[in-house]
Amino acid sequence: MPTTAAKPRWEPGTLTPYAFVAPAAILMATGLLYPVFMAFYLSFFDWEIGRDLGDANTVGFSHFLRMVQDPQVWEVLWVTIRFGFWVITLEMVLGISLALLLEKPIRGASIFRTIFILPLMVSPVVVGLIWRYLFDARAGWINYYLNAWFGMEPLVWLGDPELAFFAIVFTDIWQWTPFIFIIIIAGLQALSSEVIEASEIDGANWWQQIFLVKLPMIKSIIIIALLMRLIDVFRGLEVMLIMTGGGPGRSTELLSLHIYKRAFETQQLGYASAIAVLLILVVFGLSLLILKMSNPMKTKSDV
Amino acid sequence: MKNDSVRLAYYYTVLILLAAISLAPIWVMISTSLKDEVTLQGDTPVWFFFVPTMDNYQAILTGRGKFDTYLINSIIVAGSTTVITLLFGGFCAYALSRAKFTGRTFLANATLLVRMVPPAVIAVPAFAFVILAGIDNDLLALTFLYTAISLPFAIWLLFGFFKQIPEELEEAAIVDGASPLQVFFRVLLPLMSSGYAVAGIFTFRIAWNEFILALLLTGRNTRTLPVAAASHITEEGVEWGRIMAMGTLIVIPPLIFTFFAAKQIIAGMTAGAVKG
Repeated sequence: MPTTAAKPRWEPGTLTPYAFVAPAAILMATGLLYPVFMAFYLSFFDWEIGRDLGDANTVGFSHFLRMVQDPQVWEVLWVTIRFGFWVITLEMVLGISLALLLEKPIRGASIFRTIFILPLMVSPVVVGLIWRYLFDARAGWINYYLNAWFGMEPLVWLGDPELAFFAIVFTDIWQWTPFIFIIIIAGLQALSSEVIEASEIDGANWWQQIFLVKLPMIKSIIIIALLMRLIDVFRGLEVMLIMTGGGPGRSTELLSLHIYKRAFETQQLGYASAIAVLLILVVFGLSLLILKMSNPMKTKSDV
Repeated sequence: MKNDSVRLAYYYTVLILLAAISLAPIWVMISTSLKDEVTLQGDTPVWFFFVPTMDNYQAILTGRGKFDTYLINSIIVAGSTTVITLLFGGFCAYALSRAKFTGRTFLANATLLVRMVPPAVIAVPAFAFVILAGIDNDLLALTFLYTAISLPFAIWLLFGFFKQIPEELEEAAIVDGASPLQVFFRVLLPLMSSGYAVAGIFTFRIAWNEFILALLLTGRNTRTLPVAAASHITEEGVEWGRIMAMGTLIVIPPLIFTFFAAKQIIAGMTAGAVKG
């Protein structure tokens, strides 16, 4: 390929590129980076709602010391990890199996895919409302069918710690399994058919083809999808806030929801910020892992 | 041959089952919103055979809840967020994809990193800022935050679309002495319509669906639809017909987008993990 003569599209040394990126960069710096730094800053103050920030005392690192000894923080971290473990495991197993079963292009596939992504497009608030209705002890359809089909007595789904936890896991699986499915099926269809055919010629059976050829080849896609879901588990709070408010007790209170309740229900803005710092570190750590695996904005000419 | 048709039948059975699972809860919401009190209070869930009524919609739109105001608020906030994000995000993605400048790599990486900032982290500082600056109950503050939140993903999506356009197309215009801004508007923008459509859908959806920040930053007159729907449960007692009517109104725009641009939405969703 002939090397194209370097045309001065963007005069080197001029400020033109900066003029193009400036509005977006300023908006992101003030709307996203500033809050992150502000969370760090506020975590050193004993600030509560109704008091002027100027009157709040600095407390040094004591919020952080309190945090590591706070049984509530440990409890919600455990709830978050347990929730993450169940939803991610089940969504991965279901999403990947379905993608492997249905990867062959067939007539009408696009209509089905359109339907599958609908749960992903529904607002979290609405997801919470729908499933709160379905799991409702009195009016809920789930109790009705459990009774009609299996003769079960009505359960107070959202009023029992274990059942409520099951309910939010179930809801998350309904909404997010399609995400894994869509990503994995895109990965499978991007695989070169030559490798698959070669493995067929070598006598690999269906199982060997899946576990020794296909899955290893889309390994990085699987890991990225997993990390994205893990980040979502740490970010999410809206569905639980609507369905259960985190309860009963703290059985469905994920880390993000706990920060929200600390800040605006118990009104401890400073302490909530300290827990938010923990959340930022977790999420940035996971994001960096994703960036390390695939950085879409890195071009080969990058220095 | 027989084997093939058995296989096909089994494919479609699984697919139809999955489609039913995806659709059923959404249909429960839509159908509940169209039922009268008698049907709602009945002993058995009714899926299809009932006489639809618009009572619930009439109740929420003419009731004392100011639902019409909230609908307009949502449209204003989501609409302006989308316009500003596409305008500035487009400029930024264009420069990132075409120009070499000091700080380019830093900006690109920072953009990808702040993409995931959790809403719970933004909530407290945003609340603090609103108190300190005294701009309570303002749709502007909400639009500003939504724009900031939407920009990283929009930039990243648009960057991919700009990269797909061969730079040779711009040569002629550059030789004619066109400035980067002229190249952007005359050469690139006409080729970017699908890119802007995808980025626009994702941005609109973020702003339209967002709940936590809207809950904190809006007052009685500046609520958006998700806040109105959620507070209806606590303020008015649980009237499922009306709540589901609100839910249905919230879901309409995303559903329309999905049916018209499912392919592009899937491309946007998978872009993070699957390359090419």
